[in-house]
Amino acid sequence: MSTVATGRAGKVGLTAVLAAVLVGLSLLALTLGPYPMSAGDTVGVLWRRLTGAGAGDSVPEMVLFSIRLPRVVAALLVGAALGAAGACYQTLFRNPLVSPDILGVSAGAGLGAVLGIFLGLSVAGIQLAAFAGGLAAVTLVGFVAAAVRGRDTVLVLVLAGVVVGALAGAATSLLKVLADPYDQLPAITFWLLGSLSGVQTEDAASTLPVVLVGLVPLVLLRWRINVLSLGDEEAKSLGIEVGRLRLLVIGCATLITAAVVAIAGVVGWVGLVMPHIARMLVGPGFGVLLPASALLGAGYLLLVDTLARTIAAAEVPLGILTAVVGAPFFLWLLARGRRGWT
Amino acid sequence: MKLECRDLAFGYPGKRVGEHVSLAVGPGEVLCLLGPNGSGKTTLFRTLLGLLPAQGGEVFLGGDAMPGLARQEIARRIAYVPQGHVPPFPFAVEEVVLMGRTARLGTFAQPGPADREAALNALDILGIRDLAGADYTRLSGGQRQLVLVARALAQEAPLLVMDEPTASLDFSNQAVVLKELVRLADSGLGIVLSTHDPDHALSMGTRVALLKSGRLVADGTPGDVLTGDHLSQVYGIPVGVERLPSGRAVCVPRL
Repeated sequence: MSTVATGRAGKVGLTAVLAAVLVGLSLLALTLGPYPMSAGDTVGVLWRRLTGAGAGDSVPEMVLFSIRLPRVVAALLVGAALGAAGACYQTLFRNPLVSPDILGVSAGAGLGAVLGIFLGLSVAGIQLAAFAGGLAAVTLVGFVAAAVRGRDTVLVLVLAGVVVGALAGAATSLLKVLADPYDQLPAITFWLLGSLSGVQTEDAASTLPVVLVGLVPLVLLRWRINVLSLGDEEAKSLGIEVGRLRLLVIGCATLITAAVVAIAGVVGWVGLVMPHIARMLVGPGFGVLLPASALLGAGYLLLVDTLARTIAAAEVPLGILTAVVGAPFFLWLLARGRRGWT
Repeated sequence: MKLECRDLAFGYPGKRVGEHVSLAVGPGEVLCLLGPNGSGKTTLFRTLLGLLPAQGGEVFLGGDAMPGLARQEIARRIAYVPQGHVPPFPFAVEEVVLMGRTARLGTFAQPGPADREAALNALDILGIRDLAGADYTRLSGGQRQLVLVARALAQEAPLLVMDEPTASLDFSNQAVVLKELVRLADSGLGIVLSTHDPDHALSMGTRVALLKSGRLVADGTPGDVLTGDHLSQVYGIPVGVERLPSGRAVCVPRL
């Protein structure tokens, strides 16, 4: 067996360890909250539900299944989706400093949600508006890039993303000025900073299939996406239909991001930092980078969301905590200058 | 498998780099393309590979017109060694070489044991198997060049196009690569390479083409093409071709 083959076995093992840590973290998060529950209680309640022995209406069961479990599942889902999408975008744009927001998906989703709040839509309506806004922004970027043919496609995409993002940001600011300052503005501000405080079981249930639909092609095409990171010309000469594959990867990563941003609001940092750490741990091969980024993203957001609901009497917005926790850690990583950067 | 272009005009959108180029290379042939910096060698190669659309004339790959071929089909017929560069992510050398197998894999497939075997084999041929686990990004320019040659070998295409494959190689590795190219041509591959060293063309080329400002100055056997007159005309300095006592010819600039 070659050195690379043994390295690969190690990476798969590392991914398994990450998954195990994630299960432990999830159990821990389920025990934390204003209603005291020990780890034993939690496992007991879960076990009774799984075996069908639970009464279904005891207080611990209500707390666990109506409040904590949906939130933990949502945190895992949102974190995993942002981590996976970040890995896609970084590989696609051949740049470790790219985040899932690069093509304007968050800015578009933000505008959609703010418009929804402004128009007084229901929660589901706001989520749908955010999802549609995110997809619309990236589609617009795609059309702009297609219109400016003959130039470096990646560069045009990035610049178009900046432009569309800026326009969506301007429109969002306008709506904030026009919004009712006592009722709508706090809701808008809170949404733009990201939070899982309002997440219901149905939100997680409706988002999961969309995320899976986006993930499946990425997993299936992992080898080709790997080759794409060599750059357009080399990927073409190695037999990849670059334009088609890039469109597919952008479509899938955008779908995933828009779906979770719709229920969680704009949550920064996860999609930038987690793929970066994953690359340090398992290397740049997309086949292992994708699951590792998703697992790390899930763990990180679970950690941050658990902090968000336990460290203060009021909910702390996720966007604040992901940055406060993530930024110093990222700086420390950069200072160590380990592999994964270049 | 034959690579052929007829009356080819090539360049970038809005900029014509060269025209009226007709060339062909078939099994067992080594076509060396010589020309000064900026004469259009790389642009010509990119057009031959279908990476740039032809601005006029035609490119045929195994008898099929290039624009009609899918990327995967082109990659199965022709392998490309680009000029070395550093990718953004630290892939292991073995993984970079494995990427040469992509055209042989199904759309959703992953490289299997046979592909790894082919990759390691290619590294063996160039004597760099010990680099298999190394970071590609941390290699020297010459080592990266050898890895890209190995990747092209792993692609197992009947045609090889190499853009200055010996440019950053040391004296011995130049010999390793050139010797391997001769062996590959003997085994039936068709090879096109550009080089800045006329002696390489003299020692291994079965055909030589001289390119200046995007036009062919001469095309034929090394003995016919590599004359003092032609070389002086293409490079703009006086060049002589002298014969060594062993019988080999060398190109010597007159200083």
